[in-house]
Amino acid sequence: MTAIDAGAALPKQRADFIPALLPIALALAALPFIGSPSTWITLTVAGLSMGMMIFVMASGLTLVFGLMDVLNFGHGAFIAVGAYMAALVLAPLSGWTQADSLWSGLAALVPAVIVAMGVAAALSVAFERFLIRPVYGRHLQQILVTMGGLIVAEQLLYGLFGPQLIALPLPAALRGSIIFGNAAVEKYRLLAVVIGLIIFAKLIFILTRTKIGLLIRAGVENREMVEALGYRIKRLFIGVFMAGSALAGLGGVMWALYREQVHASVAQELTVLMFIVIIIGGLGSVTGCFIGALLVALVANYAGFLVPKLALVSDILLMVSVLLWRPRGLFPVTSR
Amino acid sequence: MMILSGDRPRNAVLSVILAAILLALAFAPFLFPGSKPLNVAAKICIFALLVASYDLLLGYTGIVSFAHTMFFGIGAYGVALALFNYGPSWSMIALGIIVALPLAALLALAIGLFSLRVQAIFFSMVTLAVASAFAVLASQLSWLTGGEDGRSFQVPPVLRPGNRLFDGEIFGVAFNGRVVSYYLVFIACAALFLLLLRIVNSPFGRVLQAIRESPFRAEALGYRIVVHRTLANVTAALIAAAAGALNAIWLHYTGPETSLSFSIMLDILVMVVIGGMGTMYGAVIGATLYILAQNYLQALMGSASSMAASAGVPLEPGLFHPDRWLLWLGILFILSVRFFPTGIVGRLRQGATKA
Repeated sequence: MTAIDAGAALPKQRADFIPALLPIALALAALPFIGSPSTWITLTVAGLSMGMMIFVMASGLTLVFGLMDVLNFGHGAFIAVGAYMAALVLAPLSGWTQADSLWSGLAALVPAVIVAMGVAAALSVAFERFLIRPVYGRHLQQILVTMGGLIVAEQLLYGLFGPQLIALPLPAALRGSIIFGNAAVEKYRLLAVVIGLIIFAKLIFILTRTKIGLLIRAGVENREMVEALGYRIKRLFIGVFMAGSALAGLGGVMWALYREQVHASVAQELTVLMFIVIIIGGLGSVTGCFIGALLVALVANYAGFLVPKLALVSDILLMVSVLLWRPRGLFPVTSR
Repeated sequence: MMILSGDRPRNAVLSVILAAILLALAFAPFLFPGSKPLNVAAKICIFALLVASYDLLLGYTGIVSFAHTMFFGIGAYGVALALFNYGPSWSMIALGIIVALPLAALLALAIGLFSLRVQAIFFSMVTLAVASAFAVLASQLSWLTGGEDGRSFQVPPVLRPGNRLFDGEIFGVAFNGRVVSYYLVFIACAALFLLLLRIVNSPFGRVLQAIRESPFRAEALGYRIVVHRTLANVTAALIAAAAGALNAIWLHYTGPETSLSFSIMLDILVMVVIGGMGTMYGAVIGATLYILAQNYLQALMGSASSMAASAGVPLEPGLFHPDRWLLWLGILFILSVRFFPTGIVGRLRQGATKA
């Protein structure tokens, strides 16, 4: 018998780089078809910024599913809530938003983001308490009830704010483009990419370098084991659910400013997009969600430029081809 | 009872209600003359069938699909486009059905094989994504589908309102093409409903229920889960497409609003849950109640809203506006899934066994 060396390191998991290379490969492969490099840069930045926004919205959804096996069909509601909150907060701040200074423009966004995230998180507690907890562990009812929650939330927003589109102009300082050579890149898209990267880095840091993150990752792998070790996974779950909903609220603000309009129908529109993204990424995986969001957005932008009709179904085609390659998504995390 | 495949209502009250609905629908043109009641009756027939086919998935197999309106729409668009492009004749209705049904079956097969392999929740997400892409396609490819406006078309002469089958009247009602259309819809729906009843009471239907109760045990007994779920999905899709074809024939029109919109999907969900999942008869009761409410209560909601406003009741008028119908529907839906999961049929049967 060989003695077990307690000091030896655990065998390292083999890192899986192939999915991470996909967006880069995709972007490079699109270059010859598009032809002009300046158009390519514009499209790529547009795709990256859209992908970052979808990632911010969808990250909470995938984590909540991974941790507690709860798929929240009502996640999109928090996006819509965030968007409306942005409209509410930014309307009286028009003095700041219309100023030319970059700093006052950004400063106006701070309270909007804080309110949107706060309200989304607060509402998510009620959502969890009244809709998710009663049907916990029953998939069929969970899908039905959370879908009902999405409809009710959307209709309540229509009832409170009216069914019309609300215009939400970008702060003046964030309008316009920066010119790199021949390529025009909109300033706001750069900002969205920066925010998305910060959120991604922050999430990865929390998940891999903190105790909370360790517990979350352990919970995703094996919930019962974490409970057996004495941690209250329900409380952890509510925390993750709130954080995820707050991120959805932030995503809602970003999306509303990107479209420069607010409407409750984004809830359903983006729910579909988020589902495609987290299926591609592998349910429960934050990294997968990040890569999935970039892939979906890049494909949508390239397809929209090259073959506009194809763009209508490009998400579905992308999802089908990814699942043919890896049936559980790019990074299958959960064993379920 | 051969015709019911041995699956009787099993409750006196339920039997009476069902018999009343059946009689009312069977003699609807004579009992409730006029074009609106006949429209309501035809819609009840079509939705009872559509909801029953959805019940095969939700109630019997235990999987949630959000693509049922897509199959309904495929049937409706199949008949509509054939009649619109090649003229009103019976062979064109047949052509529409011959194209639409296999298309629906193939799509259902592809979705099933693709997403039911992993787990049931995947299926719900994939159906939602595919259905919304399909709805976008249908409204964007306007050269084919007519876009948001849809397609209005002529039906074969026998079915037109102007046509009189014979002179004279039966019980004071002229037997015109509208009545003929109604009976076409009624008989087709009744026949397909009985077929569904036959399917769920066959050994295949039993396996579906076993899978719903415990996929793990069903698999241990040697049943291929993916195969059975996919077959159930294909069957439900075929019947939904047939219901869609009947809907197109009845309305002389097919558009996104009448066949593909997400609110129809929500209607189906509400009907199946209120009537009672996994009972088939629940579909009939759910569809009848819901469509009656939709046609006669929604108007009431509007007058209540304006009355409250004029009486100065401090209600948020936006919330009671008829456009907010979906809000109250959603609340009703959540409450019934939560507190009333077996629906009307389940409740009635439960009460009977207790007594």
